[in-house]
Amino acid sequence: MTVTLFIPCFMDALYPRAGISMVEILERLGHTVICPDAIACCGQPPFNSGYHAEAHTIATPVLEKLADAEAVVIGSGSCGAMVKNFYPELFKATRHAELAARVAARTWEFSDFLVSKLGVTNLGAKFPHKVTFHDGCHGLRELGIHKQPRALLTNVRDLELVEMTEVSCCGFGGTFAAKFPMISTAMGEVKCASAAETGAEYIVSSDSSCLMHIQGLLSRQGKPTKTISLAEVLNHQ
Amino acid sequence: MSTFVSDFKTRATEKAGDLRHRLVIRTALRSYEIIRDKRKAAFQSWESARQAAAETKWEAVNHLDKHLEALTAKLEARGTKVHWASNGEQAREIIAQILRDKKARCIIKSKAMTSEEIHLNHALEKEGFTVVESDLGEFIVQLRHEPPYHIVFPSMHLTRGEIKDLFQKELGDAPSDSPEELTMVARRVMRQKYITADVGFTGANFAIAETGMISITENEGNARLTAALPKTMITLMGIEKVLPRFSDLALFLPMLATAGAGQPMTCYNTMYSGPRQPGECDGPEEWHVVLLDNRRTELLADAEQRDALHCIRCGACLNVCPIFRNVGGHTYGTTYSGPVGSVITPHLRGLQEWKHLSNASSLCGACTEACPVKIDLHHHLLQNRRNASASEPAFFERLAYQIFGIVANEPLFWSLAKKIGWLTQPLQRALKGSALDPAKAWTKTRDLPPLPRESFKDWWKKRK
Repeated sequence: MTVTLFIPCFMDALYPRAGISMVEILERLGHTVICPDAIACCGQPPFNSGYHAEAHTIATPVLEKLADAEAVVIGSGSCGAMVKNFYPELFKATRHAELAARVAARTWEFSDFLVSKLGVTNLGAKFPHKVTFHDGCHGLRELGIHKQPRALLTNVRDLELVEMTEVSCCGFGGTFAAKFPMISTAMGEVKCASAAETGAEYIVSSDSSCLMHIQGLLSRQGKPTKTISLAEVLNHQ
Repeated sequence: MSTFVSDFKTRATEKAGDLRHRLVIRTALRSYEIIRDKRKAAFQSWESARQAAAETKWEAVNHLDKHLEALTAKLEARGTKVHWASNGEQAREIIAQILRDKKARCIIKSKAMTSEEIHLNHALEKEGFTVVESDLGEFIVQLRHEPPYHIVFPSMHLTRGEIKDLFQKELGDAPSDSPEELTMVARRVMRQKYITADVGFTGANFAIAETGMISITENEGNARLTAALPKTMITLMGIEKVLPRFSDLALFLPMLATAGAGQPMTCYNTMYSGPRQPGECDGPEEWHVVLLDNRRTELLADAEQRDALHCIRCGACLNVCPIFRNVGGHTYGTTYSGPVGSVITPHLRGLQEWKHLSNASSLCGACTEACPVKIDLHHHLLQNRRNASASEPAFFERLAYQIFGIVANEPLFWSLAKKIGWLTQPLQRALKGSALDPAKAWTKTRDLPPLPRESFKDWWKKRK
């Protein structure tokens, strides 16, 4: 299959290792990966702030470039939800309405693509650490992704997965983190405390944006817990 | 910046950093979640129950006119006086006039968020009436001269020690901090008030169009006494409280109890159908029902967000909301706090003045998942943001997105932006968290990740 890999803007700029792992995993599974250079962002920041015209400016060329993709795989539940759930809303009653629905139907979040579309749960990875998994809220609640990353993690050799007792948002929320920094920070602290209760060495997530927030707090507070993307764990030998 | 938003930010900043508050609320709501989940599991299918409840509410709200007429006709047929209030001012005047006519002095109240919404106590006290809250939580916050912290748990922010001190100071009686003993103190005070009160005032949880009944749910028996002892009873309810059929309560009563407090059923559920009828030995001689609009019909006119009128005020969305848990109920500065408050307040009190509540969300969707009547809460927050930005865009924010759009759409600019970021990184680190740091909103409490020299796209290009 030819997979069009959509690497979100912050993953491209800040977490290239996560994207590289996705490419290597997909290629190891025998797929052809293409990565359109001209796609940088899905348009979620202006969309979530209510600026639809500005979101259109970014999303329209993205949608056009994805028009002929066999499968679009996005390295984030949040950006995945944007393309799958919110593009049809954003392009409602426009000339792109039909295209948005078509692209949405062919778009997958990375872990969901591996498990639900390809039926792969064992990637032969090894990661000898105790980890906990953080569900990005958009992946969890907009896309309903919960079992998929866990199915993948339980097949990683020597990895011990411990769940947090509290399912909560990490407090990132895009521009929310900058508009209401103290609320966002408090939410992040609660998240870090939940993760620390598990005794995990690593917090794993499908969403680099959540990890950026969690790691930002952990580093500032000098906490020993580390963060790593799911793709990197799955690509670890 | 309007005072509402700056007040919100000030209070939010203070509360979010208050670790004692965080611990009290987190502990209380963690135990709520555990017991609620246990009760949810007792439903054959909680999801089907939610769907059925949402459909019933849809029917009720989309034919509100018909149901309200039916309700009114049935209520009046049994001698109840029904009043219609378009806004808070009218409702306050209707209620005050009843009190004046009755030459009343003391009013005993059971819990009613609608009365908070129209600031009833303040208005009545200004006219010289004595108003006593009889719900224990409301009684406590009334002693503190503050509004309820939470729509279901008004005093959940207080520890038993604080309540003991409050009772000692205000009532001169607090033998210990045991909840049972403190409750007995409140009970002794309230019983005296019940006997002397001229008018009993209640809210309503549901109104049944089919039978002309008001259903009141409570755990303390105080609403029953409020309705039973004084000669005159007044009920204030929002017009959206109506349910089509009596049998709908079979679903809504356990659902409200489960979602609201993790109870299988609330202790007392009473249906009132009229004042004392000939031959009956108890009940009020007169019953007034005040139906309150207060811009609910404007929400009704908004097809996209009409389902916000489904709300049964169970508080489930507040309980799971990470914003509410960290900033607390008083920070909102609204009668209805938490996610549902952030959705409806801009409709009830003005979009531009209250849009910050819709912005103060990570859009995590925990509220929508928890809502027993399936209100699409977090998407409504997004719609409020869209409506607010469309009618009054913020100049610099829009400009920032326009510039971001140009950069994101042009690979050369995007690549250049990353390079500039990488090059200026040492400078940013030196300024980290200071007033000169352009990223200070982030860096005051959090580190920024180091920008790698080679981005993903650089790697991809090189590899090809």
